[in-house]
Amino acid sequence: MTATVTTDPKVDKSTSRGTSRGTGGARGRLPRVPDRIRRGGLPYLLLLPAVLLELLIHIIPMVIGIVMSFRQLTQFFINNWGAAPWSGLDNYRIAVDIDAPIGEALLHSFFVTCVFTFFSVGLAWLLGTAAAILLQESFRGRGVLRTIFLVPYALPVYAAVITWAFMFQRDNGMINHVLHDQLGITDEPSFWLIGENSLYTLIIVSVWKGWPFAFLMLMAGLQNIPRELYEAASIDGAGIWQQIRRITLPSLRPVNQVLVLVLFLWTFNDFNTPFVLFGKSAPENADLISIHIYQSSFVTWNFGTGSAMSVLLLLFLLIVTAVYLFFTSRGRKGSDV
Amino acid sequence: MRHLRAASAVTLALSIAVAATGCGGGTTSGGSNESPKTLTYWASNQGPSIEADKKILTPELKKFEKETGIEVKLEVVPWADLLNRILAATTSGQGPDVLNIGNTWSASLQATGALLPWDDKNFEAIGGRDRFVDSAVASAGKEGEPPAAVPLYSLAYALYYNKKMFAEAGVEKPPATWDELVATGKRISKDGKWGLGAEGGNLSNNIHQTFVLGQQHGADFFGEDGRATFTSDGAVAAVKQYVDFMAKDKIIAPGNAEYAQNQSLTDFAKGRTAMVLWQAAASTFAAQGMKPEDWGAAPVPVPSGAPGTGKQVNSMVAGINMAVFKNSKNIDGAKKFVKFMTSDAEQKLLNKTYGSIPPVKAAQADAAFGAPDLKVLRDTLATSAAPLPQVPNESQFETAVGTAVKELWADAAAGRPVTEESVKARLEKAQQTMQQ
Repeated sequence: MTATVTTDPKVDKSTSRGTSRGTGGARGRLPRVPDRIRRGGLPYLLLLPAVLLELLIHIIPMVIGIVMSFRQLTQFFINNWGAAPWSGLDNYRIAVDIDAPIGEALLHSFFVTCVFTFFSVGLAWLLGTAAAILLQESFRGRGVLRTIFLVPYALPVYAAVITWAFMFQRDNGMINHVLHDQLGITDEPSFWLIGENSLYTLIIVSVWKGWPFAFLMLMAGLQNIPRELYEAASIDGAGIWQQIRRITLPSLRPVNQVLVLVLFLWTFNDFNTPFVLFGKSAPENADLISIHIYQSSFVTWNFGTGSAMSVLLLLFLLIVTAVYLFFTSRGRKGSDV
Repeated sequence: MRHLRAASAVTLALSIAVAATGCGGGTTSGGSNESPKTLTYWASNQGPSIEADKKILTPELKKFEKETGIEVKLEVVPWADLLNRILAATTSGQGPDVLNIGNTWSASLQATGALLPWDDKNFEAIGGRDRFVDSAVASAGKEGEPPAAVPLYSLAYALYYNKKMFAEAGVEKPPATWDELVATGKRISKDGKWGLGAEGGNLSNNIHQTFVLGQQHGADFFGEDGRATFTSDGAVAAVKQYVDFMAKDKIIAPGNAEYAQNQSLTDFAKGRTAMVLWQAAASTFAAQGMKPEDWGAAPVPVPSGAPGTGKQVNSMVAGINMAVFKNSKNIDGAKKFVKFMTSDAEQKLLNKTYGSIPPVKAAQADAAFGAPDLKVLRDTLATSAAPLPQVPNESQFETAVGTAVKELWADAAAGRPVTEESVKARLEKAQQTMQQ
């Protein structure tokens, strides 16, 4: 096999091209013009569609959003928003002035979102990990269970969340029917969609929606861990918990690194779940930042302030992501050594 | 690396250029008659479903096409999406030619400058302003300015009551004052049955009810200068009175605090609630199996005496208006279409179908609108209804105060005290979120 590789004409060509650079005209070498295209223009040409789409879908709206955040954009100007007067940093001042109601409400929704994200991501990850590890061993019905576990991930978000909204209704919902009527756990039917419980409702639905993704990613990650490691550990007397702690979790680290980041970003920005559960005005306890910004922009028609809030959110997520990547990649390098 | 830097620079420059020029937002052109043969019409969802609306409107649009040769492309837009769709159309300049708007949005949409103003000349093109009921025209835009739309279907609130539940509780006639309503409600509210229904999670409904009570307490929610006055004594008293039906009087079931999908009408139809304050609920009751003789309609109660103007106002002027986008490519055709839809014949037919009242005086006189419940609505519109504040930030008002009332319902439902201070604090917060 080694002999055939060295005589492969393709390899020959590339090698000769590589070594005879600048000597010109040797037999079997690629012509000069295609070579230049390949080196100079072709990669950019191939990248062009992606760059154009990226421009259209992300960059241009983002730049427009940033421009809007510096303008006093209300209903008086949406017909020709280019004419909206510049407001300098006013929108940002309004958004961060925590002594005034708008800034105070934004800060409140920021804290609510932090709590929501912490518990949603944490529980989704925990459930996903547990399920992935449990379903690692082969047993009868494993395929069916794996499929069932992925159902929440496959369902359309709107249909799934609206079903939850029905189930959480106080008087006719299934949750109270079970908790109050059948099990008698609660003294009287609880409110889930308004008041203090609304944050729990939001977390429950979000975890239900998010954990199958963690499960899927971690299941894939588990396939890459050599069985021999477990066998060796088992011979050395390691129990199941030790195996999980010493082998499974460290081996899953690269997967978890990406998984936690993606879950964090999705959850922090989640709009669909609170919007379908609570409508355009969420209860105070579940006033997530995404809904809050939507309300500032599209419900009260203060597009300038809403844009400033979006830019602040973007900056926050960029900083958190950068810090996260900095620390986790440094840790990985350390562990690789 | 050099290439990469160059590519990034081009990308950035291009995006800034596009942002600064091409996407500078909408258009302010004054419309034209470039496409005289077609029109696009966004109808709001009025009937039981979008399909039902298409079925109702399509034959009428064909009639219009036959008369004028103009083809109308219809799209029925659900209420929940309509305002956002209008905003998107306004921003992009890519909207329909003719559209329905909720009349409480009139002043807000008028402020965008995207809608054709209905000045005397434009009103003449559809038969004149005098054809329409005054209160309906007053709810189509800011006072002193040409309206932003033309009234199409008018509605008002009435007190619907369940005759059987009234008889069982020994109540002989519907309450005419709030004191009577509370007394009646208390007689009925027991054994799982409740006196009154509410939609605590529906911001617009919260606004409609508290606005009327505000009028009765002499409060407008906005001052002469258009500034928010949400914390005036009258406004606080109005909101407290409304939430107290649950918190203090206990005639509304706590579960109503989270209602936002017309569940209170279902409760009414199922005999769980004896009264609801609603606009034209007949078709919904019929759809839920009630017979016309099962329920009655009376004017919404007032503090004392009979409904009228001033402190005896007992409804907001509700309804749907028809607007034309200023930049329509068939502006003459659009006006012809508005004329057609507001003609006496179409007004009778469409309002009869939807259970609303025609805002056109001549059509209103038709016998079809003389049924007892519709007569209540008609008289209310004519004598004791007031339009919601026609201010540009009406949309903000609905959200801010509507949400404050929603939170107060949540307090009441959870058994937390609803006091003058707690009401004032919520309204204060709502007022401070109003910008401009």
